[in-house]
Amino acid sequence: MKGKLLICLMLVVAALLGMQPNLAEAGKVKSISGAGATFPYPVYAKWAAAYYKLTGIKLNYQSIGSGGGIKQIKARTVDFGASDAPLKPKELEKWGLFQFPMIMGGVVPVVNLPGIKLGQLKISNKTLADIYLGKITKWNDPVISKENPGTQLPSMNITVVHRSDGSGTTWIFTNFLSKVSPEWKERVGSAKAVAWPTGIGGKGNEGVASYVKRIRGSIGYVEYAYALQNKFAYIKLKNKAGSYVAPNMDTFQAAAANADWKGAKGFYMVLTDQPGRDSWPITGASFILLQKVQDRREVARAVLSFFDWCYKNGQEMAKKLDYVPMPGNVVNLVEQAWKAALKDKAGNPVWP
Amino acid sequence: MVRSGTRGRILDVVFASATKASAIFVLLIIVAIMLSLLIGAWPALKRFGFYFVISKEWNPVTEHFGALVAIYGTIVTSIIAMLIGVPVSFGIAVFITELCPAWLKQPIATAIELLAAIPSIIYGMWGLFVFAPFFGDHVEPWLSNTLGRLPVIGPLFSGPPLGIGVLTAGIILGIMIIPFMASVFRDLFEVVPPVLKESAYGIGATTWEVIKKIVLPYTKIGVVGAIMLGLGRALGETMAVTFVIGNADRLETSLLMPGNTISSSLANQFTEAVGKLYTSSLIALGLLLFILTFIVLFVAKYLLVRLTLKEGVRT
Repeated sequence: MKGKLLICLMLVVAALLGMQPNLAEAGKVKSISGAGATFPYPVYAKWAAAYYKLTGIKLNYQSIGSGGGIKQIKARTVDFGASDAPLKPKELEKWGLFQFPMIMGGVVPVVNLPGIKLGQLKISNKTLADIYLGKITKWNDPVISKENPGTQLPSMNITVVHRSDGSGTTWIFTNFLSKVSPEWKERVGSAKAVAWPTGIGGKGNEGVASYVKRIRGSIGYVEYAYALQNKFAYIKLKNKAGSYVAPNMDTFQAAAANADWKGAKGFYMVLTDQPGRDSWPITGASFILLQKVQDRREVARAVLSFFDWCYKNGQEMAKKLDYVPMPGNVVNLVEQAWKAALKDKAGNPVWP
Repeated sequence: MVRSGTRGRILDVVFASATKASAIFVLLIIVAIMLSLLIGAWPALKRFGFYFVISKEWNPVTEHFGALVAIYGTIVTSIIAMLIGVPVSFGIAVFITELCPAWLKQPIATAIELLAAIPSIIYGMWGLFVFAPFFGDHVEPWLSNTLGRLPVIGPLFSGPPLGIGVLTAGIILGIMIIPFMASVFRDLFEVVPPVLKESAYGIGATTWEVIKKIVLPYTKIGVVGAIMLGLGRALGETMAVTFVIGNADRLETSLLMPGNTISSSLANQFTEAVGKLYTSSLIALGLLLFILTFIVLFVAKYLLVRLTLKEGVRT
């Protein structure tokens, strides 16, 4: 119902603004519009500001959440949608949509344990799942002690902190837990919001961060940037190749580079539990959604030019904000796919 | 100056229809909200039926939705809020109207009105960053060591002192509705004709007797109305509660444990809810809140009618 209302509103706005695109089509496109994921909003905004200075083309991005972004691109009320979780190839097919990964981030489990330093604690995937399942409730549980020989762990209750709002971060995190723990997959599953077996929920990354900061003996999961800014004691995770890795730019990029993008139909790729010795196991990409058949060729070209510019010139800006740029090999694949998949009404490719 | 003949009549008709239109407008809005909630909630109601109200499971993965946890959280936090809010606001209002020295009256009244204007998210952040840590470190351990050991009510106050949970949310709500109710109470108590109060004092009544026998009976409709508006705000408050309640969809006996309310579930999950049944279940939650508020208003009206009947016939 709300969706319908929203769409109606958008239609009214679109009708009011109707003059603009027509004028623009004749001349030059002055602005492009997008809506969706909140996670990449800061970096999109940064890119947009720099791009505006350079070209005079304005990006109007509403960070209303991935769900809203998907609804809006389906209804064609925006030029592009953005989602933290990729759409399944079947759904892309159904709505005539095309998606590609734009930017990455890592999800980092963080703890608040007196006497434990950054990256000192090592936890295997199964143990992490068991903590979130509520099966391990004390920090000095033999399982955790065995993985951390030589570290004195307090006999403290574990307080699990999770996100209370539906979010792409939760989607990535629960997807990871489902991959590494059959019991998690069976009992909880993976989605943007799940029925958590234990723990308390904080709203947004900042909510989880403040709960973890507050409650001694807590464990939570946040975006990489929040782990850095709050100087949390992150934990090292055991990846698919069996080595313990720390979360950082290199291990996130390793996960993306080692993933099999070529074999992923419609770029449906979840970067959790990827192969490779250096791959951080809970990495995720944020996606852009476009209509496959573009009504207005000029607008489509403006949108693609913007993203092309971001791929090529936006890397440093992204890193400064603790986002992880897509590796070069993936960018090449994406731009090739643009050529093949995106057409205007007459059936001609819109890119390059 | 009285306007002459026809012109006055026309103006009168215009005025009357304008007020009528406003009243109908309100009714239309209520009906429209009700209808759109019903339509939106229909898929969920059809699927789950009454089970929706009594099930405590809220699982977006398997798409089993039940509202019991949210209903429980909403009611319990509101009860706590009223237990704190009503007596304190009453006290404030009585102090200002009856006992306060004249020079202090205006500063207190202004302070209350300022408090009423603070947006709820500020209360939420204050609750999360200031109140919850204090409460968790100093008050909750004490609560579980004293009240938590008592029979019957003990389980309500046991559990780890997280500082975040149903009790914290209730207290924050209580603080939030105080300024609102206190200023309405004060306005009400001030309209009691001084001659009534002075007569009572004159025959030797104490302040308490004047309040109980003169002021409250004189203002009771307004007082109940103010309490109901406060309760309505407590039931529907979203942001402040979301910050401090812990947002866990589990039914816990202890008030120190996290819970959830209807409005904070909505605030948390609406943006990213995908799928018809999920969205529809959230709207059904909204419908339940609507019904809950309706029941509260109905009970209030009923109580008022009973009170008036007891009074006997006015002469």
